[in-house]
Amino acid sequence: MKFTLRAYIIGFVASLALTLAAAWLVWIHVSSGHAAFSHSFLYAAVLTLAVVQLFVQLVFFMHLAGESGPRWRLSAFVSTAGIIVIVIAGAIWIMGHLNYNMMASPAQMESYIQSQDGF
Amino acid sequence: MDNEQTITPMTEAEERTDTQVFGFWLYLMTDLIIFGVLFAVYFVLRGATFGGPASYDLFSLRSALAETIVLLTSSFTCGLALVAAQRGKANQTIGWLAATFALGAAFLALELTELSRFVATGASPERSAFLSAFFTLVGTHGLHIGVGLLWIAVAIVQVRLRGLTAGTRSKLTRFALFWHFLDIVWIFIFSTVYLYGII
Repeated sequence: MKFTLRAYIIGFVASLALTLAAAWLVWIHVSSGHAAFSHSFLYAAVLTLAVVQLFVQLVFFMHLAGESGPRWRLSAFVSTAGIIVIVIAGAIWIMGHLNYNMMASPAQMESYIQSQDGF
Repeated sequence: MDNEQTITPMTEAEERTDTQVFGFWLYLMTDLIIFGVLFAVYFVLRGATFGGPASYDLFSLRSALAETIVLLTSSFTCGLALVAAQRGKANQTIGWLAATFALGAAFLALELTELSRFVATGASPERSAFLSAFFTLVGTHGLHIGVGLLWIAVAIVQVRLRGLTAGTRSKLTRFALFWHFLDIVWIFIFSTVYLYGII
């Protein structure tokens, strides 16, 4: 593997810009009293910026694009990423439904549990 | 674009490094699964505050952003150490590694200050499922950073004693992958835990 100064500088500047962009969006939203953007837009925007930064760092810091020959590291990463997406999306999906179908309203549930004095 | 990519057979040492890096990469992928599962737990439990403090009561954009920038800069200086090692400059390598260590230690100090502030205000891990999940996720990341700091210290000593041999360079390459990996995990903690928490 070859490490070039240029790759690290590009990676660092791009990562810094993406981090500041996400923080700036959220800061505008919070300082406007949570009215500047819709929540689903912000969730999507912040996640997109993070995923873009993931690729920036994989390419410029971890040299994933510079592999020669069979791309073993890339294929290991893609399969791991697949597992993680399934685990996280699946957990949110299934547990969300369980919550919805098995509980009284959250407020009722909370007061019920508290009336039982914890566990 | 690299326009001078001549095809030369790898030396034995290069091939060894390549195999070691791939093996280490596989370890990182399994570690990634640990973090993935902890993220899943956190997302499921993040609303389960049990009447205690919620994410928007606790998280501050300023301290999370400061931690992120410090860690990102340490990831950059770690890359600079690799570039210096490739050029055969041992003292420069040690200098950038020391900078990486200092920034990593600063990150850990900021994080521990923040977490102890949470605990002092009653937001300890046993307060609610949300806080248990939060402390587990952020604590696991912090533990990795701690191990990384130990690794930098060892690497500095090795480069000083043995110089930049094929062996020490291979170790530095693997350390750099570990450190960049932790930065990537932190980016997701910053975005989906801290930023999502105050939206």
